[in-house]
Amino acid sequence: MFADPAVWLPFVFAALMGLSILIYVVLDGFDLGVGVLFPFATDAEKDRMVAAIGPFWDANETWLVLAVGLLLVAFPQAHGDILTALYLPVAVMLIGLILRGVAFEFRAKAAARWKKTWNHAFFAGSLMTSLSQGFMLGLYIMGLEWTLPHVAFALMTAVFLTVGYSFIGATWIIHKTDGVLQLAALQWAKGGIWGLVLGIGAISLATPLVSPRIFEKWFSWPEALWLAPLPLASGLIVLWLWSLLRKMPFAGDRRSWLPFALATALWTLAFGGMAYSFYPYVVPNKLTIYEAASSPESLMIILYGTLIVLPTILAYTVLAYTVFRGKATELSYE
Amino acid sequence: MDTLILSRIQFGANISFHILFPTITIALGWVLFYFKVAFTWTKDDRWMEAYRFWVKVFALSFAMGVVSGITMSFQFGTNWPGFMETVGNIAGPLLAYEVLTAFFLEAVFLGIMLFGAGRVPNWAHTGATFLVAFGTTMSAFWIIVLNSWMHTPQGFEMRDGVAHATDWWAIVFNPSMPYRLTHMILASFLTVSFLIAGISAYRWIIGGQTRGVRVALKSAVFGAALLIPVQIFVGDMHGLNTLEHQPQKVAAMEANWETAGNVPLVLFAIPDEETRSNRVEIAIPNGASLILRHKADGVVPGLNDFVTPEGDVLHPPVAPVFYGFRVMVGIGMLMLLVSWTVAFTMLRRKPGSKERRGVEGLPRWMLYGLVAMSFSGWVATLAGWYVTEIGRQPWLVDGVLTTRMAVADVPAPMVLSTLIGYLAVYGLLIVAYLGAIFYLARKASKGGTGPVVPGARLEGMGVAAE
Repeated sequence: MFADPAVWLPFVFAALMGLSILIYVVLDGFDLGVGVLFPFATDAEKDRMVAAIGPFWDANETWLVLAVGLLLVAFPQAHGDILTALYLPVAVMLIGLILRGVAFEFRAKAAARWKKTWNHAFFAGSLMTSLSQGFMLGLYIMGLEWTLPHVAFALMTAVFLTVGYSFIGATWIIHKTDGVLQLAALQWAKGGIWGLVLGIGAISLATPLVSPRIFEKWFSWPEALWLAPLPLASGLIVLWLWSLLRKMPFAGDRRSWLPFALATALWTLAFGGMAYSFYPYVVPNKLTIYEAASSPESLMIILYGTLIVLPTILAYTVLAYTVFRGKATELSYE
Repeated sequence: MDTLILSRIQFGANISFHILFPTITIALGWVLFYFKVAFTWTKDDRWMEAYRFWVKVFALSFAMGVVSGITMSFQFGTNWPGFMETVGNIAGPLLAYEVLTAFFLEAVFLGIMLFGAGRVPNWAHTGATFLVAFGTTMSAFWIIVLNSWMHTPQGFEMRDGVAHATDWWAIVFNPSMPYRLTHMILASFLTVSFLIAGISAYRWIIGGQTRGVRVALKSAVFGAALLIPVQIFVGDMHGLNTLEHQPQKVAAMEANWETAGNVPLVLFAIPDEETRSNRVEIAIPNGASLILRHKADGVVPGLNDFVTPEGDVLHPPVAPVFYGFRVMVGIGMLMLLVSWTVAFTMLRRKPGSKERRGVEGLPRWMLYGLVAMSFSGWVATLAGWYVTEIGRQPWLVDGVLTTRMAVADVPAPMVLSTLIGYLAVYGLLIVAYLGAIFYLARKASKGGTGPVVPGARLEGMGVAAE
């Protein structure tokens, strides 16, 4: 059946969109998290935290543009359905993104007496973005319906995702800094890991309970058997992270990258589980990727471009992260 | 007010705010590349001084452009689902190419352009600057392609109310695209020229009379003086192209109600859609016929041709298009006057000497004039976009889809609440942006931007670099 372009093209685009969302939540997740952690840091630490994400945030945020862009161009019907249902949280997120994006620049370029205000704006923008993304995630899982229990669940996922972002943000700081700030980040990570665990737990429980179809996909034999490694691996990673955070930092700053890598692995597993649950639906239980897709001819045109450009983008991204590897220090460039 | 008009105001506010920043970054990227190449070529510090100041303005404008641009891609879905549902097969690939080829190119190399001067070799940094400039231009290209297609759609067929592409070449190279693209790129270069000239003049006045400021001011004024006649010519061609494809827009620009020959050029009037005539009118006899048809009795289309027998108005609202056009043309003329006056003053020789007067020879009032013109490009660009976009109404895609058909069924109070939110944020940000630019200018004038240290950090991020 995958010989038919009307079948494999939507699948490929759904996969690409999923990949973009995953890369987005990991990459922008860490820089949003750094913003959420701002109130816990001193002014000097704030400068260093911004230096740790400065060269990356812009490119990180474009993955959101790519993800929503793919939704827009490959599944136009779903784009309208989902975004109209999420009208208010989307507006809150956009205003949040605007605030934090410009605060980045203004806190360095406006007069010194405004710097505190822009620090606040950076925190507020990061918080608004994280909370609204978590809220959208929750409402999406609940089928995009605005009823009281669904909104309550979405408010809960909003908090969990925000704490989860602050966790991955803290692991990034552990990797990019040293000394007192790194020690502080270790504490933040230990304080934030529960958000991730509870968030993943709540979503894993709620998803099959809301939808009998998803329940069926997970708990029927023999699927349950070959799906078992997913939760098992997640549990092991959490334990590994916990013991790691208690022992770090190691002499010579060995393995400072490991918590971030493990956090990324954990997110990938959680995301994979969700993708498995929802496939083939793009609007939960309403519209499949096959029904929502653009015409195969248009998808084909986009695919050519994507196949040339996406690997190049990935290569650039690796290049940028390589150029700016190592510890972010305040003014060592000078 | 109903959902339609509120949604239109909201989209209009968002896209107006957004376009301010690409208008700066498209050309400023190339100007920075020029500064960088000039520095590499001449090894003269003044180019690097100019680069280091303007790259900050670039970074600030770029960030504003990115965040306000993200809003756009969401609003297609939140407010205008009918757009992608009807023409998604065509708009989709064009938007996808914009994001793919351009956005990433800019965003990824921007990091190296801003922070990487000390981490990569000089040629790689120059290359990153080039790729960022190239990326912004490609971004503009794809967006203008889609926008132009909405004005002059072709290369598609309608099946069950959905547009399907039949000829991509025809879609990309649709009739209004080359004119609109050239007009916009030139608008960007003029906006940046006047911005650089104005801010440099400001720095010159407050005492920052460095070689870097001088070379930036000179480059900007001569650039503007060269480009403004080209822009006037291209704008005229663009108008003739519009006359061919969207006569109703030209009729609104000229506030001409009846199709006729010997149509006067209305310099000023108060168009009244109730009476379908102009109150108060100052006009040059046969002017419009001469400009549009190149002969005194040439027939010029009138608005009344675009009202159906049932009374449906298929032409745009007249007043905003008419006034917008006059604002744009008026600023264009002012730009010509200012740039030529300043350029000729600088080129004049000092009395009894072969040396030219240069920046030092500019009288104070001319410097103040340049400062006043700093953001004139913004006003002209916005006015121009209002002419062409409001001039497309009531269509979203000319002859294919009306704006009313595409709007989302979101309750009006909800749209109003988000509109107020956006307006508040945009109002604050524009004040902050202008404040920051003048602050950067004052700071640079006070301390200078310092000597060029090999491997110095170009950008003050986190901690002020100076």
